[in-house]
Amino acid sequence: MTGKGGVGKTTVAVALGLRAAGEGKRTIVCEVSSQENASHIFDHSEVGFHEVEMAENLWSISIDPDESMREYVLLQLKVRAMRDLLFRSRIFTYLAAATPGLKELVTIGKIWELAQLDRKVKAGRKYDLVIVDAPATGHGIGFLQTPRTFAAIARVGPIHSQAQQLDRLITDQEHTGTAIVCLPEEMPVNESAALEHDLRSEVGVAVDRVYMNGLYPERFSKQEAEQLAKLTESENGLARSAARAGLSEHSRARSQRAQLSRLRRRVEAPVKTLPFLFEPELGVEAARQLAKRLH
Amino acid sequence: MPSIDQILDGKGICICAGSGGVGKTTTSAAIAAGMAAQGLSVCVLTIDPAKRLADSLGLAELGNEAKQVDPKLFERHGIEMKGELWAMMLDAKATFDELVARQAPDEESRDRVLDNRIYQQISNALAGSQEYMAMEKLFELHTEGRFDLLVLDTPPTRNALDFLDAPKRLTQFIEGRSLGAFIRPTGLAARVAGRGATVALSVLKRIVGFDLIADLAEFFNAFSGMVDGFQARAKRVNSLLADRRTCFLVVCGPQGEPIEEAVYFHRKLVEAKLPFGGVIVNKVHYPAERLRGDGADLPSTLAERLGDEGLAQRVVDNFNDYQALAERDAGNIERLTAELRAQAVIRIPYLDEDVHDLGGLGEINRYLFATSEERIELAAGRRAS
Repeated sequence: MTGKGGVGKTTVAVALGLRAAGEGKRTIVCEVSSQENASHIFDHSEVGFHEVEMAENLWSISIDPDESMREYVLLQLKVRAMRDLLFRSRIFTYLAAATPGLKELVTIGKIWELAQLDRKVKAGRKYDLVIVDAPATGHGIGFLQTPRTFAAIARVGPIHSQAQQLDRLITDQEHTGTAIVCLPEEMPVNESAALEHDLRSEVGVAVDRVYMNGLYPERFSKQEAEQLAKLTESENGLARSAARAGLSEHSRARSQRAQLSRLRRRVEAPVKTLPFLFEPELGVEAARQLAKRLH
Repeated sequence: MPSIDQILDGKGICICAGSGGVGKTTTSAAIAAGMAAQGLSVCVLTIDPAKRLADSLGLAELGNEAKQVDPKLFERHGIEMKGELWAMMLDAKATFDELVARQAPDEESRDRVLDNRIYQQISNALAGSQEYMAMEKLFELHTEGRFDLLVLDTPPTRNALDFLDAPKRLTQFIEGRSLGAFIRPTGLAARVAGRGATVALSVLKRIVGFDLIADLAEFFNAFSGMVDGFQARAKRVNSLLADRRTCFLVVCGPQGEPIEEAVYFHRKLVEAKLPFGGVIVNKVHYPAERLRGDGADLPSTLAERLGDEGLAQRVVDNFNDYQALAERDAGNIERLTAELRAQAVIRIPYLDEDVHDLGGLGEINRYLFATSEERIELAAGRRAS
């Protein structure tokens, strides 16, 4: 799941997770950069680098790059003592902190590991679906390109071949796809169109869907809006305020529909709409409501 | 409550921080346009490669050079432009190249870095490099003194304050010159480093392969000789950020999470002893009037006036939905205001029209630049005004 910041990526990711879990698929939602947005939605305490069941068939993990690195190195060296020796050495601490993109690489490495049917970690659960709440737009592209960049830098050797393997996972159009979350406003629509283009042509990943999130209901017809406009002139107090709120809603809903048709014209992937939810805070109930609307 | 021009009075730099999707770019552009309209020469810088800023200023595209926004465009939207508005988009790679060229002791060292394969791969993607380059460009423009005010739209990182650590991280990174000595298997350095390092290195080579280590060493070596220059510059950039003529503004939205983040940013800025100017809360649902139990006869009043019970009910439902959002926003902003004590919290209402052009920026500026009294009036009858 990707898209511009603040468009509701996590909520849609969780909704998608609930939907898949409801269909009997063992699903996990991964947060990156140590974010805990998904656990917040479930009002759950922070999950950290653990696979925690949030609802039936739905797990969540927050991928911490340092933990991923420890796990990865242990899988490579197989001997805990050797790993610890390496982690205590200055050269390693230095390289791990200074090497650009390494955090992203080990994060993607962990996602790859979660997606394996033959899990590398001990007693690892098999998942039918791994949902990644990816970084926003600009960073999202860089994030997905990290394996390729590393493969190019390393040229040969173990890092090269493993980075290539990760890149193959991302560009495997049969098993991996992205969904873009968008809002019905001018700039998010422009950005989603540009993002779809970059995902397809620069990263080479499939774009399966664009979710137009937060769409207002069309509560009033044009004729009714005219009636309300008259009311704002003749009335005072609450009735005037209520009529005015209705007019605002009407004009927003209309400009949103215009943005929706712009989006449909500008992206190739199918566009699905999700309603704006008039809830003060979006929690798990909101995600469940959206889950029903996802297909 | 001061207006934005009072907050920015006498400032040379305004840095807009906030997490993604809260309207940071739009707010930066609106502030820059408003200050320019008042007679200053202002440049707004963005690092966001999305065309957002260019779009909102009516520019076809932005590059690493500042471009002036056509004053006629403002006229067309009924805004009197007494000063000048310039805008640029930062190209992190070009800025990094320029910086290397400036810091390199000679041409050979410069080319050794610029031609390095790893440098070419990462100069654009290096974690924190965009952020650092934004600071760098800001510093450069400030030193040139061409503009009265620089407004920086900070990069949309997940942690909006990452950029504060960027100079530190970059110098740490370049300090890798010592690595070259470590990785040579023999020689004095190996003896000094001791057996522990040699073992660690052989383990490391097993994981990543020797070639990559050698390439990295060459890369870090190429930077040797520039470290002091980079460090000195990072120090000057840091003191510019802490300068009294610099002002940090936090931009956020009215929902629970963005407000929490704004509180967090404010604390961090205070901890880092950076000059904090205020918070701008975008897209606030203003309650038209508070429902104080006197809404009971609203459905019947509306039904009577509209002559349609169904429509009246929909109007009431809609009103209730918006009131709930307005009450949430008011509660969140109250919390924010308490946290910030006497400091400025400026609210921008959720406008009926989506803001994405100069006209929209002008609309936002009526709130950003309003005095407290004007703000109350605007809130009371904003459609009519």
